[in-house]
Amino acid sequence: MQEWIAHMSNAINQSFIIDDRWMLYLKGLTITIRVALLALVMGIAIGIVIAVIRTAHDSQSRNAHGAGHVLLNIGDKICRVYLTVIRGTPMMVQLLIMYFVIFSSSRHSILVAILAFGINSGAYVAEIVRSGIQSVDTGQMEAGRSLGLNYRQTMVKIIIPQAIRNILPALGNEMITLLKDTSLVTVIGVKDITKIALNIQGLTYQAFVPLVSVALVYLILVLLLSKLLEKLERRMRASDRR
Amino acid sequence: MKKKILALIMVLAFAFAMTSCGSESNGKLVMVTNATFPPYEYVDGDDCAGIDIDLAQAIADELGMELEVQDIDFNSIIPAIESGKADMALAGMTKTPERENNVNFSETYATAVQSIIVKEDSSIKGPDDLKGVKIGVQEATTGHIYCEDDYGADNVIAYTSGANAIEALKTGKVDAVVIDNLPAKKFVEANEGLKILDTDYVEEEYAIAIAKDNDELLKEVNSVIKKMKKDGSLQEIIDKYIKAE
Repeated sequence: MQEWIAHMSNAINQSFIIDDRWMLYLKGLTITIRVALLALVMGIAIGIVIAVIRTAHDSQSRNAHGAGHVLLNIGDKICRVYLTVIRGTPMMVQLLIMYFVIFSSSRHSILVAILAFGINSGAYVAEIVRSGIQSVDTGQMEAGRSLGLNYRQTMVKIIIPQAIRNILPALGNEMITLLKDTSLVTVIGVKDITKIALNIQGLTYQAFVPLVSVALVYLILVLLLSKLLEKLERRMRASDRR
Repeated sequence: MKKKILALIMVLAFAFAMTSCGSESNGKLVMVTNATFPPYEYVDGDDCAGIDIDLAQAIADELGMELEVQDIDFNSIIPAIESGKADMALAGMTKTPERENNVNFSETYATAVQSIIVKEDSSIKGPDDLKGVKIGVQEATTGHIYCEDDYGADNVIAYTSGANAIEALKTGKVDAVVIDNLPAKKFVEANEGLKILDTDYVEEEYAIAIAKDNDELLKEVNSVIKKMKKDGSLQEIIDKYIKAE
């Protein structure tokens, strides 16, 4: 037991205390959070736009004509390709392709990471939002339209707020996945918190303390996020008459 | 006092992180490596090949055991040793005092220098020119550690393999790559437009990593290495790969 405590205190000393290494974890944590947060915002923006295009396309009448109709068809095709490609390829491969092929001349690896994760998350969010929009009763759209609102107004003021309430649990899932997936940025050299743990492991050849600590940090982040989402859900339910 | 409480909490937090030790010696000697480091270890067809693999085979033969080579991620090598999933690691690993706290290192078996690779038209002439430019390295290697110490962590970008670092150099994401000399030669051979600078960066020595509590294997491995150094068979293995260039 005594030996084990000595071993552990040495491991903790090497992992955190020497050279103020705990500062590195903090720095890595800010990068993890930055990538996750910005990618999340981007993913939600992309997701909503795509979901609206897809539902608008699906809900137009069969014999619609005109430029708007053609545009919508093209938009729908593009969205479908995007969804197929992004959901059909692994995140890590996408990240490497973004870094080494598409933005091969860029040196801003964090920016590339945010773009890659945002674009990836957008595909999943799009389908979540679409399911939310479809879950809102068609009577709501009809009611809005008969009150004199146009399609866009009805969408923004009536359908999407209700849809968001419905999709919060699924959206929360996607946020958690995204947050944890950011650990993949190590492959393109971004110094997120996972990378810091791996670096310290390489420095000291002491693997367990850095790895377990980082796992704990992710766990705490996810717990905070779920708490936040729970609060939000409760507030949105406050107006429910159920 | 505060520090002590913090330390105590941390010790408790890691109480479950204790490693289960002691791999059974059932006639198999399990070696882990990361086969992206020619000529020490690389994938040749279905199998791993290289100086480290041949050396491990010689050790296994000497001990009368069967060698099993596992090719895993470089970052997973140390956990594999610590947890007893593998008996030893040969992956061009350099002995450092800090690392010696956590694993046993054998007698050193090869000398290596850290080389600097740049594009052919680069203005970088030696280690002094690396100040302020972006340097690519392989994650968790000594090249990574030295560069962060000498040129600041912000200028060093660590990739999961040497090949990725080279790719980053070719696409201009970094201005130079610092990596061990023999892999450097192989990478420059395989990629046009790159060159190795004449001036070396740092000299170091490779050793086999063995779990901290496995003193028995350490002794056996050390005696085999000593013997192989004496009768020249170690040099033979190294020459075989270096002359094959």
